Amino acid sequence: MKQVHLAVQLPAIHNVTVWSDPRSESQISIDSFIRLAQAAERGKFDFFFLAEGLRLREHKGEVYDLDVVGRPENLTVLAALAAVTDRLGLAGTVNATFNEPYEVARRLASLDLLSGGRAAWNVVTSYDAFTGENFRRGGFLDEADRYTRAAEFLRTARELWDSWAEGDVLADAASGHFVREGAGRFAHRGRHFDIEGRFTTPRGPQGHPVVIQAGESDAGREFAASDADVIFSKYSRLEEARPFYADVKSRLAKYGRTHGQLKIMPTATAIVADTDEEAVAYADEITRAQVSPQTAIAHLEGVWGRDLSGYDPDGPLPDVDPEPESLVLKGHSVFRKGREETARRWRKLADERGLSIRELMIEVHGGQTFVGSPRTVADAIDHYVQSDGADGFVLVPHLTPGGLDEVVDRVVPLLQEKGVFREEYTGTTLREHLGLGAPTSPEETS
Amino acid sequence: MVTLHLAVALNDAGWHPAAWRAPDARPAELFSPGYWADLVAEAERGLLDFVTLEDALGQQSAAFHRPDDRTDQVRGGLDAVLVAARVAPLTSRIGLVPTTNVTHTEPFHVAIGIATLDHAARGRAGWRPQIASRAADARHFGRRTTPQLTDEDVLSEERIAARLRPLFAEAADVVEVARRLWDSWEDDAEIRDTATGRFVDRAKLHAVDFEGPLFSVRGPSITPRSPQGQPLVASLAHASTPYEFAARASDLVFVTPDDPADARRILAEVDTAVRTAGRDLAARPLKRFADLVVLLDDTEAEAVARKDRLDTLAGAELASDAHIFTGTPAALADLLLDWRPLGFDGFRLRPAALPHDLEAITRALVPELRRRGAFRTAYTETTLRGHLGLTRPVSRYARV
Ligand SMILES: Cc1cc2nc3c(=O)[nH]c(=O)nc-3n(C[C@H](O)[C@H](O)[C@H](O)COP(=O)(O)O)c2cc1C
Repeated sequence: MKQVHLAVQLPAIHNVTVWSDPRSESQISIDSFIRLAQAAERGKFDFFFLAEGLRLREHKGEVYDLDVVGRPENLTVLAALAAVTDRLGLAGTVNATFNEPYEVARRLASLDLLSGGRAAWNVVTSYDAFTGENFRRGGFLDEADRYTRAAEFLRTARELWDSWAEGDVLADAASGHFVREGAGRFAHRGRHFDIEGRFTTPRGPQGHPVVIQAGESDAGREFAASDADVIFSKYSRLEEARPFYADVKSRLAKYGRTHGQLKIMPTATAIVADTDEEAVAYADEITRAQVSPQTAIAHLEGVWGRDLSGYDPDGPLPDVDPEPESLVLKGHSVFRKGREETARRWRKLADERGLSIRELMIEVHGGQTFVGSPRTVADAIDHYVQSDGADGFVLVPHLTPGGLDEVVDRVVPLLQEKGVFREEYTGTTLREHLGLGAPTSPEETS
Repeated sequence: MVTLHLAVALNDAGWHPAAWRAPDARPAELFSPGYWADLVAEAERGLLDFVTLEDALGQQSAAFHRPDDRTDQVRGGLDAVLVAARVAPLTSRIGLVPTTNVTHTEPFHVAIGIATLDHAARGRAGWRPQIASRAADARHFGRRTTPQLTDEDVLSEERIAARLRPLFAEAADVVEVARRLWDSWEDDAEIRDTATGRFVDRAKLHAVDFEGPLFSVRGPSITPRSPQGQPLVASLAHASTPYEFAARASDLVFVTPDDPADARRILAEVDTAVRTAGRDLAARPLKRFADLVVLLDDTEAEAVARKDRLDTLAGAELASDAHIFTGTPAALADLLLDWRPLGFDGFRLRPAALPHDLEAITRALVPELRRRGAFRTAYTETTLRGHLGLTRPVSRYARV
């Protein structure tokens, strides 16, 4: 039987968080991060994940104001969480386009040392010029180039982590040798990076922090297959997830890797109540809060590329056509491309089912992954994993910070009973939790 | 009776290059969190105002301007912001002031990192922006070159500063951007208005629109305004250009006088720089701290003997940009109370060896100062600004 891997993400900036719920607390106070991380550790989760976004989203030229706005710099929060957790992995997104390998490698090695081997890095490539306006270099990177940079970025980071061997810190006071000669020396000459010198940070307990990737394009999948330990996806419906799983796993062999070396973890939500009926009703209520009338119109505008504020969210779709060239929602990757095709699909769906704008948005952007009694949810998670839809999930609770408690207290014990989820941590590092071996040296790909 | 502020500068095993070989040193633990947590907890037990944490983009070196190949001294270090964050939940009052470089790091990343530290430490974050002066560090990034100082240059603080002047100008821009980003969220931007479905009032989120010769940043920050509003910015200065930088950019400046006469000269230079910058000290105070390297023991002879032992291990006498004090805590208390009226708000002590000299500060110097009515007996504030008597600034973008 496959073992289930579980992670939790403290959600920011998208419409999962029901911030209007009276139980929803601060999205920025350190207390919220600590509370959620400690719940995850109580549940023996593999890791805690924080996403990244480097510019506030905009809607018709102003800050998008309907969802949670504002988040911390994630590695700094993760370092603080290392002090109040013992075993939980600590994963953060760091963009390969708006950073330099020397610095990222240094910060991640530091986090790995400061957490006793629990660091993970979600390497993303979001590249738009909109985000670039906050950075020295701007958003210059061509879509085609972003994964070549990311791959070389990761390869370079691994060279930097390898520039200190285990045992290079001698700290031998008697003989007076603090480090082994040459510790940290590196030189990398490539298309994107031509760097050399001495890396400051010794090798962390994991050797290399766990590497996660979250892109969906063909290039993204290839990057994950060749280089990542975990891949995230948004395919939370089993019928979409199985082909994705099969596709990504099938790419491993050509890099000499086995199925177990890349864990596939879609994001998912879990709505738990005493009975299935109660859970379904609660899920409906949550979904309606997630897709408010204002959110429904804003998302529709995202696809239509025009102002639709005159339309009634409870009425039919607008009779006007989309303007696929104009971007009214900036910084939302969902609304980046393929909008004409999306609009066609939505219109057809709304016509067939007689859906209002808001009902349609609930249908396409709302919805929960697992809904039911603790037993139903545990069975569904297990079934999903055993039928090769995933190796586990990144759960995104709709409430911060208490939203994971039900899963931890009521679902996890049932998974443990089934023998598909750990009862205790058996290792101390995240690599060990994920069943990953020691890091391999970087493949000479591309 | 005047009271003074006290900070300690934590660096590796201490500021003496042989400190890691002292009997009570923990050299094998320099890269583990427990080491730093213990040191900062000790500083907090002494009710110190803050600790600073050193950092650099290259390995330590005995030479100011270029790397060396020595293996007999501590080499290697952790990211100071992350170390500060790692100890934040384990402490509750002491200020945490990491150093970051501002020459190669993206201003946006630094600004949100420090703001986040302030959130994680509930209002105890500071920041010491530092230029990356070694040309070799630029090769770690491969994006640009920076001036290579010659062996002649490094003989004079003024020559160093003159050569690195463009980096200081850029650093001032980085601090300016960070400060604008910290203000870019007004305090009450989050409204959670269920009637209109709005989480924030976007009229209270502001673009910073910084355009400088080397970079531009649009803003707003992604991180909401932090507990202190503006985390404390501190800088170390030895010459006219860095005094000007401090006068423009800092809330606190560390200087390195040798004696009272030198202190008067330096403070006068700082005053001039403040006037030249047109800074209104009533609106934006600038705290002045003198830096001292300290070796402290029960008797002066013991301190001298310990220094000699360390010097012998190092193969050279301890050298520093700051005055080196070797003696008893009581004698150091005399010196601090002598120098205090020259115009210093406080002192940053650099323990020559850790934990020895830190414990001498917290367990002997502090009680000695307290006996003389010159140091706090309890923390009365919860934030770093609060400890220093600085108010929480209103966002520059707030409409009054
Ligand atoms: C589960 C998941 C999490 C993601 N997290 C982030 C993130 O934190 N920051 C970010 O900039 N992009 C994030 N992304 C976006 C992708 O990593 C990627 O940059 C984007 O999808 C474009 O790559 P692609 O064309 O290969 O899909 C995430 C995507 C997924 C599916």
